[in-house]
Amino acid sequence: MTELIQRRDFLKLAGMGVAVFVSGPTVLAGGSPQKRNESFYFVQLSDTHWGFNGPAINPDSQGTLKKAVAAVNALDEQPDFVVFTGDLTQTTDDRKIRRDRMAEFRDIVSQLKVKTVRFMPGEHDASLDRGEAYQEFFGDPYYTFDHKGVHFIVLDNVSDPTAAVGEKQLQWLQADLKQIERDARIVVLTHRPLFDLVPEWDWATRDGAAVIDALMPHPNVTVLYGHIHQEHHHMTGHIAHHAAKSLMWALPEPGSVPKKAQIPWNSAEPYKGLGFREVEAEVRQARYDIKEFSMKG
Amino acid sequence: MKRLALLFVAASLGYLHQETIARSEPRAADNERVIRISASTFEFTPSHVTVKKGVPVILELTSKDRHHGFKLAQFQVQVDIKPGAVEHVRLVPNKTGTFTFFCDVFCGDGHEDMSGTIEVIE
Repeated sequence: MTELIQRRDFLKLAGMGVAVFVSGPTVLAGGSPQKRNESFYFVQLSDTHWGFNGPAINPDSQGTLKKAVAAVNALDEQPDFVVFTGDLTQTTDDRKIRRDRMAEFRDIVSQLKVKTVRFMPGEHDASLDRGEAYQEFFGDPYYTFDHKGVHFIVLDNVSDPTAAVGEKQLQWLQADLKQIERDARIVVLTHRPLFDLVPEWDWATRDGAAVIDALMPHPNVTVLYGHIHQEHHHMTGHIAHHAAKSLMWALPEPGSVPKKAQIPWNSAEPYKGLGFREVEAEVRQARYDIKEFSMKG
Repeated sequence: MKRLALLFVAASLGYLHQETIARSEPRAADNERVIRISASTFEFTPSHVTVKKGVPVILELTSKDRHHGFKLAQFQVQVDIKPGAVEHVRLVPNKTGTFTFFCDVFCGDGHEDMSGTIEVIE
């Protein structure tokens, strides 16, 4: 723990990171007593779109994910786990190509030193076949896991092509939340924003409000997601939502242009807007410090 | 009856800009203009329509190939369009401007470019 705190403080002092603080009460819930005070960190990667081919957008489409894996492997301290928040692969109508891309993606990320890797689908992975291929390769599209006093909830808002979580999953979520204490530390991982960020850009979840309503009674909830290909922070009441960068292309700021379009590659600033993040969890304070990493050539 | 009452309340509050009507035939008796919009990967045809402020129109929506969506957020319109089905939406344009409609059901590699515009003029 001491090492982690020193490391975090170093990052702040060096001005390298963006720190996001989520405050909560000091009364802890859940987890075994010896684990309640632990701190840990994990890495979030998102929107890798393996299989995308567009030299004007990313001439290193075959190399960016591999560079990110190498960058994570080169971190001084290895994270407890790595999470990919969807759009692992670029969509295709071809069932075989879809599976080929997932197999290639899985092979590449198997090179991570960290062997605990969590996945969830994006619409590019799952919306055309309702998650059939995704589940063959990566298992359940929604699930929970607990780590050192934090309850992680992975939600699937893409296997239904209408961008809905759906009644069945919503009931599953409500049942899960009933089983944990009200002030448990909860991190929700999902692909699309659960709130209406820019609906006309398809940056929303059709029934996201129902998910947020279910989470609202819990005071210590943070949501990490992808989909919008940029860092973004938003509050719905006391619930913080943090979007991550992509590892394939960047997109404009929400609503900043009339029509959403991929930002072309800039050879003067290669990989601009692409990156991944570390999330350091201070479990006692229900606080998450986020440090953004930018990809470089 | 309840539905009619709810519609009346919503309209009186100024919230109602569209009405999804029976998913069969438009209301011929109304003499309202019917605008047919067809969806296919990855475009709407036509992709631009012009209507007059305050003049109701019926949008007749179909899909040529797969499940698409039609969302016109500024007028609270959202309809799923599936092959073989014909969807009708009554739209009362109550403000001028150019508004984007788009497919909000993920349909493939060109999904994010699948949009069109409705121009509302005086």
